[in-house]
Order: sequence, then C-alpha cells, then structure tokens
Amino acid sequence: MMDARTKEKIAFNVLLALTLLVILPVALIVGVILWRGLPAITPEFLFAMPREGMRAGGIFPAIVGTFYLILGVAFFSIPLGVLAAIYLNEYSERNRLTRLIELAIINLAGVPSIVYGLFGLGLFVTFLGFGSSILAGALTLTIEGLPVIITATREALNTVPRSFREVSFSLGASRWQTVRHVVLPNAIPGIMTGAILELSRAAGETAPILFTVAAFYLPRLPQSVYDQAMVLPYHIYVLSTQVPNVSVKVQYGTVLVLVGMVFLLNVLAAWIRARLRKKKTW
Amino acid sequence: MNNIITTDRLDLYYGAFQALINVGLNVEQNKITALIGPSGCGKSTLLRVFNRMNDLIEGVRTTGSVKVGGEEILGPGVDLVSLRKKVGMVFQRPNPFPLTIYENVVYGLRIHGEKDRKVLDQAVEKSLSSVLLFADLKDKLSSNALSLSLEQQQRLCIARLLAVLPEVLLMDEPCSALDPLATMRIEELMLELKKRYTIVIVTHNMQQAARISDECGFMLLGELVEFGPTKRIFTAPKDKRTEDYITGRFG
Ligand SMILES: Nc1ncnc2c1ncn2[C@@H]1O[C@H](COP(=O)(O)OP(=O)(O)O)[C@@H](O)[C@H]1O
Ligand SMILES: [Mg+2]
Repeated sequence: MMDARTKEKIAFNVLLALTLLVILPVALIVGVILWRGLPAITPEFLFAMPREGMRAGGIFPAIVGTFYLILGVAFFSIPLGVLAAIYLNEYSERNRLTRLIELAIINLAGVPSIVYGLFGLGLFVTFLGFGSSILAGALTLTIEGLPVIITATREALNTVPRSFREVSFSLGASRWQTVRHVVLPNAIPGIMTGAILELSRAAGETAPILFTVAAFYLPRLPQSVYDQAMVLPYHIYVLSTQVPNVSVKVQYGTVLVLVGMVFLLNVLAAWIRARLRKKKTW
Repeated sequence: MNNIITTDRLDLYYGAFQALINVGLNVEQNKITALIGPSGCGKSTLLRVFNRMNDLIEGVRTTGSVKVGGEEILGPGVDLVSLRKKVGMVFQRPNPFPLTIYENVVYGLRIHGEKDRKVLDQAVEKSLSSVLLFADLKDKLSSNALSLSLEQQQRLCIARLLAVLPEVLLMDEPCSALDPLATMRIEELMLELKKRYTIVIVTHNMQQAARISDECGFMLLGELVEFGPTKRIFTAPKDKRTEDYITGRFG
C-alpha cells in the first residue's frame, strides 16, 4: 500500500508531466521557427521588395500590406464593436430584439472563416464593387472579428461597478454623459486588451483574405484602400506551396515575421492588462 | 409648515411584485425625516422614488402622485436632470469615483457644463468645507479619492452632491459601512446640514432615527404604517405594529 504522501507526489508529477506536454508543441514550433527563420532576418529581408519570383530579396510589401489591413480592421471594428457593445449593455432593454442580436453574436463566432471569405467576396468584392482590395479585406475581417470585440467590450463594461453609474445618474447626468465620463474611462484598458487580441488574431487569418485582398505577387506598396495587397499569411501559403524552389530560410523567415507581429500585439495586450490590474482598486 | 415632498396613494411594482402600497407622506423643509422598518420593507424603494432612480430598473411601474416643491414628478415629460439636481442621493456604501478628490467634487458641475476653473475651485472649497473635510484635504486635492478612509469617502460623496446645489438630500443607510465613531460624526454633520437642506434618511438603526430625526415613518411590507414626529412615534406609537418594532419585539 502507498501512503497518502507518495500518492500525492505521484499525482503531482503526473499533472506536471501533462502540463509540460501541453507546452511542448508550442515550444517546439517556436523553437523551430526561430532556429530556421532567424538567419533570414536581415534589413534587406524586412525592407526590400521581393526578387527572383519571391525566392530572394525581401517581404516588405507583405509586411506593409498586413499592417495596412490591420489598421483597416481596427478603423472599422473598434468603433463599430464598442458602440454596439455600449448599446447592448448600457442602453437597450432586454427584449426580443436584443436577445436575437445576442444569439446572432454567439453564432457568428462559430462560423468557419472560409465562409466569411466567401461572404466578403460576394458582398464587398463583387456586389459593392470594391474589387479585391484592402477595403474589402478589412471589412471582411471586421465582420468576422466583431463578435469578439463586442463580447470583450461588454465584459469590460460589466467590470465597471453599477454604483458608479448610479451616482452619475443621481447627479443628473444623462446616459451618454455617464457612459462617456464614468463607464468608458474605467473600461478602456479592458476594451483595448480585447481589441488588440482580436487584431492579432485577424493578422494571422488566411481564409477571409484569400479572395478579398490578397495578391499573389505585387512588388510595390499599395497606393489606396482600393488596391490589392500582399499579406503575410497568404504569402506564407504561396511560398510554401505555389512557388517551386523557395529556400527554407525564406519560408521560415516570413513565418517568423508574422509570428513576431502577432506576438508583439499580444505582449502589448498583456501589458495593458497588467497595468489595469495594478490600478484597479474598487 | 412647508412641505417639500408630498406623496399620495403611491404604489410601486417590480414586475408583478408590489413593493410600495398606498404610501402617503409629507417631508418638511429643513427637517430630517427618517424611514425605519425591517429589511426588505421598501425603504430604499421609497427613497429612490423621490429622485426617480427606480427608472433605471427594468419593469418598475409607479402610480399615484409624488410632488417635489409642488411639482408632480411621476409620469413622462418630467425633467429628470433638474429633478436630480434638486434631489440628490447618498448611497449605502461610500462610492467615490476612482478619480482625484477634486475631480470627484466637480463631477456634477462638469456634467452640467461648468468650465470656469475659478467657479470649480470655489465649489470644491465650499462643498468640502460643508462636510468638514476642507481643512484636512486642501493640500491633497489631487490624490486619489479611494485612498481616503471610509468616513472621509462618505463625506466626500456628500460634498460631491452638495456641489450641484441640491435642496433635498436622500441618504440610504449612509452610516452602515462606518464604525460607531464615524457614524456619530456623520450624524453631527447631518444635524449641521439640515439648517440648509432637507434630509430624508433611511436607517435600520432605530437609535439613529431617534437621535437625529424630526419626523419618522415606520414601514412594513411596503406599507407606511405610521408617520409623525419622531418623539411621538418612539414614545406613543398609535399602531400595534410600530410599537412591536420599536420595542424590539420583531424585525
Ligand atoms: N430591482 C428589484 N427587483 C425586484 N424586486 C426588488 C428590487 N429591489 C427591491 N426589490 C424588492 O422590493 C422590496 C423592498 O426592497 P427595498 O426597498 O430594497 O427594501 P429596504 O430598503 O427596506 O430593505 C424587497 O422585497 C425587495 O426584494
Ligand atoms: Mg435598503
């Protein structure tokens, strides 16, 4: 028979091993990407146009394209998502319409991303005539990301104590004044965290941009929102399956840049969250 | 006698549940009116009728008549901003905003469009002086209000309310989060404030009601059982239920 302490020890070690097992794939992936990709990272790789059918030179247009696209997503999705969340949380009464909206939000979050891609192709590219463009891609990603931003914003709004709102109303403030001066300032770090995480997710999306913005090869920077653009996720796909004889170094270098971008956004979100924790005292 | 708040046949429903039943009372100017009664009898609900705070709760229906300064405040079309400026509220838990002391006091003024720094400064000095905080805090107006003690926070909340120049102060168990000494000092403050304001206070503390109020109402299960001068309520209650309550036979 084992005594309780031995059992406890075994249980602890088994759990530890299982946890490490979870970390293992992540560590492996990151390790391989760094090991294979780091040698590719040179100023030329980051800031030059691709050459020799994308087998040499840099990936500058894909970096800039991704950046513009994310900027576009932020431009549309943050105001829309935050305003929708404010409406649902602070203004609307719970009735059939708001319940329907909430149901829609939950279900939208479960739609496969290729469906958004095809929806964007149908609505923005073809029907509204934006063509394959940064505008169409950003709007498509916005629609895909809205449920997340709305949900994150509502959570942030809900962390602001009810009593703050009550005091504000009791001093004669209107609903908008209360939202503007009491609720939002206290919710903004939470909203930003959610929004940035959503943007970092959007940066890595491939299916929704496939037909709506991504250019196979475009060795110049986009000139307007109606331009197509090279974007990192699609570029990685192209490098690894569509162009023969691309060096492994270039492939992994591109992957490293995308992962780095997403990682930086996540770090930013974590930093804001940590600051929020420190400041919060109610 | 000068009645500033009058209610008549006031009923209030939370959905199907009737929380106030046929309440009729008069609140006199520059007096402290206390509402006592066991927990859940509708004291807070009644208090929140006077500045229409129940509007924020979905499914609330109020019927009857409530007049403030002679004007009917129930029904649509009432200017809630000016009502709430006139009839302000102090809550059970001190609830300053996580802002500086200064910004807390001027919140209401800023909301109502005051931008003149001089006016704001004066309001801060005046309001904080009224709650006897100015001397202590005048050098740390820019520190966070949440760093104050609970008693100071509650005083600050009163100051924040005084800054918008109300006439009536509704206080919902304002001392329930405070220790006995702080409670006593807030009571002294109320006696001081009643010279300039009308105070309606909800309290589950009968001694407090007896100590500071001029008029007193006893509520039970949504009804205002008895209402009158505090002294008479506590010495010669007319209703058996009031007597049972103040002698501690239930509650
Ligand atoms: N928002 C609400 N929705 C439904 N019922 C409520 C609500 N607020 C209070 N009540 C009910 O109304 C009654 C009176 O509540 P309240 O005014 O808070 O009592 P008191 O302040 O005297 O303790 C209680 O039975 C309570 O359960
Ligand atoms: Mg109460």
